[in-house]
Amino acid sequence: MALPLFFILAILSAGGVVGMIVSRDRAHSVLFLVLAFAALAGVFGLLDAPFVAAVQVLIYAGAIMVLFVFVIMMIDQRDGRGIEKKKSVGILAAVLAITLFAELLLAVKGILPGMGNGGPAGGSETAGLGSLLFEKYLYPLEITSILIIAALTGAISLAGKKGPK
Amino acid sequence: MIPAAFFLVLSIVLFALGVAAFFIKRDLITMFMAVEIMLNAANLAFLTFAKSTASLDGQVIVLFVITVAAAESAVGLAIILVVFKRKKSIQCDDLDVMKG
Amino acid sequence: MTEVFWLSPFVPGLSALLLFLFGGRLSRRWIAAQACLSVLAAFALSLLAFIGLLGPGHGSAPIVKELFSWIVSGSFSARAAFTFDPLAAIMGLVVTGVGFLIHVYSAGCMANDRSPARYFGLLNLFTFFMLILVLASNVVLMFVGWEGVGLCSYLLIGFWFEKPAAAAAGKKAFLVNRIGDTAFLVAIFLVLAVTGSAEFQDLAASVTGGRFPAEMATLVAVLFFIGATGKSAQVPLYVWLPDAMEGPTPVSALIHAATMVTAGVYMVCRMNALFAFSETASLGIALTGAVTAVFAATMALTENDIKKVLAYSTISQIGYMFIGCGVGAYSAGMFHLVTHAFFKSLLFLAAGSVIHALSGEQDLRKMGGLRRYLPRTFPAFFVGAAAIAGVPFLSGFFSKDAILSRAFAQGQYVVWALGLATAILTAFYIFRLVFLAFYGGDDRISAETKAHIHESPSIMTVPLSVLAFFAVAAGYIGLPRVLGEKVDLFGRFLAPVFVNVPEHGPAPGTEWILMLLSAAAALMGIAAAYVFYVKNTRIPHALISRFPALYAIVGRKYYVDEAYDAVFVRPLVRGGEAIFDHFDKRVVDGALNGTAAAAGAAGKGLGLLQTGLIKEYALAFLIGAVLFLGFLLM
Repeated sequence: MALPLFFILAILSAGGVVGMIVSRDRAHSVLFLVLAFAALAGVFGLLDAPFVAAVQVLIYAGAIMVLFVFVIMMIDQRDGRGIEKKKSVGILAAVLAITLFAELLLAVKGILPGMGNGGPAGGSETAGLGSLLFEKYLYPLEITSILIIAALTGAISLAGKKGPK
Repeated sequence: MIPAAFFLVLSIVLFALGVAAFFIKRDLITMFMAVEIMLNAANLAFLTFAKSTASLDGQVIVLFVITVAAAESAVGLAIILVVFKRKKSIQCDDLDVMKG
Repeated sequence: MTEVFWLSPFVPGLSALLLFLFGGRLSRRWIAAQACLSVLAAFALSLLAFIGLLGPGHGSAPIVKELFSWIVSGSFSARAAFTFDPLAAIMGLVVTGVGFLIHVYSAGCMANDRSPARYFGLLNLFTFFMLILVLASNVVLMFVGWEGVGLCSYLLIGFWFEKPAAAAAGKKAFLVNRIGDTAFLVAIFLVLAVTGSAEFQDLAASVTGGRFPAEMATLVAVLFFIGATGKSAQVPLYVWLPDAMEGPTPVSALIHAATMVTAGVYMVCRMNALFAFSETASLGIALTGAVTAVFAATMALTENDIKKVLAYSTISQIGYMFIGCGVGAYSAGMFHLVTHAFFKSLLFLAAGSVIHALSGEQDLRKMGGLRRYLPRTFPAFFVGAAAIAGVPFLSGFFSKDAILSRAFAQGQYVVWALGLATAILTAFYIFRLVFLAFYGGDDRISAETKAHIHESPSIMTVPLSVLAFFAVAAGYIGLPRVLGEKVDLFGRFLAPVFVNVPEHGPAPGTEWILMLLSAAAALMGIAAAYVFYVKNTRIPHALISRFPALYAIVGRKYYVDEAYDAVFVRPLVRGGEAIFDHFDKRVVDGALNGTAAAAGAAGKGLGLLQTGLIKEYALAFLIGAVLFLGFLLM
């Protein structure tokens, strides 16, 4: 049952991304991306990471994408210039992306067989996460909180400035 | 059970798509969104490895990534706003002040 | 007492250093006094050491004092060591003794010069280097002294460097000497290659022990002699000496008459074993000396500058010394070196006194009747002239005769004949000088100069008297052997140095005849000069108008300078300019500018990469990442 679910979710997320790429309208792009992130959250769930899935939906799809929507709304550009016009850059990018894809596949190929399907760490995954966070990763946790404050201050001071009239 | 390979392939696909998106699109916001896609692909890979090694550390890392991505997108979007206010455009072709 | 000898260079050396460093703050009196006293101290040390050699209980082996081990490089080593033997003793006495007198004279003559510290410092420095040359126990250290005196000579010739002629003369002296020095260096290398050691003792031992191949010996001897022709102004490298008269007169006396120019003779005597071994080289030396002697004497006949006459005379007299060395009469050559030091420096200093009296006039055609005005300079000059002419019973007679009679005895009749001819010419030209300057009426002197004529102060005339005394008396230490075996004190003193050189004196009867011929030559020359310049002064002019072409050639010094200029100097200069234009400007500057231009172009080119567009930067990232990943996967 999990396998077809995975495929549906995979297609949804990939499709969301593709949709994001091909849409002309920025608002449409954002919406497609939200779809992709939601699907990804599902995939996360399939990976026995329900907490992370929840966080993904809350923060990523919920907060970050909302920010994007706000900004898109504030930036009013009528012309639907969407796709890169310069052919050379586009083709080069395509080539490079494909190359990158191939390389990454190659890189991963070696370890694939060795990867087991280890089960989750236990029933209360959240508790495990919590203890990890506050014991082993306490330091990064605290720093990240400072980072958030810094980002907050930065964003406010940046966006609060009045532009030239 | 779903083999880990599938997840990894999905992650790679998403990442490559994100790279392509970054170069295909012309306005800053959508390029920024492509960056988010790439981050997510990485998150997926982390989770896959976390599951296969049966440790929760990968998930912790993903949490951190999401947090930092949130902070970063806040600041980044603020910057985009400022740029728009100054240059009245967010087409990256128009932004070549650093030329030369 | 002999052990103190090695200190003698360092007293003037230290004085020179002090004068260069602090001279600006010292008073003129102090500078002169310090310089003179330092040389006097060196003379005292040399005298003490010399007396030590005279005493009994002293073996014939030279004393060697090593100062420090200087160069040690693989199989080559040269040490800073001094050696003291009769030869070094004599030369040291000449350098410091005559040097002291000239320093005293300078104190009077250079009293009002702008840079007394530089002058006296250089004179002291010269004394230091000359003594190093004299005392060196190996040929490398001698070369240090050789080069050092060349440097001081350059600096002193061009002492008044604001005068373009003086600066050019200094340059010429240095460059011509350089040619000789190159030959000297090659000779040093060959000596090292053959014997493995630079020490004179080792060289002599190698030669006398038969370990030195004959052709190599000739080559080395010839090369050393070429070096000597540069330093001692013989044919073909003599051209710098007449120009060197641009320097102050005491410099001409000390460096270009008494000491530096005789360094070549000293060097040959030092390495007498080598030169005696190679008959070809010795013959070459004798012939060169003889030809130079005659050649220079002819040029002195037509010269009108009082100092230049003396310069050509010096070239000629050194030729005599080389004749002596060439025929194996090394002690005779040294004897003439000593007597020449006295009478030539006397002549130069007296000439300086004349020039000083005439407020700088040096042209003989503007002088006359000076014996009335210069009662102390004139007798001194006259004595010097008589000595150099070879008037009997004066020093020059004995030393010249010693050389010529030995040359005759060795069967070198050509050399002897040339030497005799030179003697006649010498007497003639020197008394031409005397008669033109001191006799006759004073109407050729300009009125302005006449108004300021004054005899020189005592500080200048006392050294003249001292030198005049020696010009007369010095001959008596080397009386001819015909008068008895024991009277040749000089020769006997130097005998241990020249043990390897067999000396044949002429038969007694022959010697008397040769002496008479020498005396006759001198008197003939003087008489002729008297006729030409006192009795019937129209004769010179008549001769000049009869043989204008000959007079022109000799008068223009046989166009040697012009020939050298055309054949060597101009092509080199043009070659240098061509190289400058093509190589220096194009290649060297081109490379430099090209590199700079390339850097700039690269910068501009790379600058094109910075378009300011984020996408392009990101593209660069991506390319890099892909390549790197690919590389890792390989």
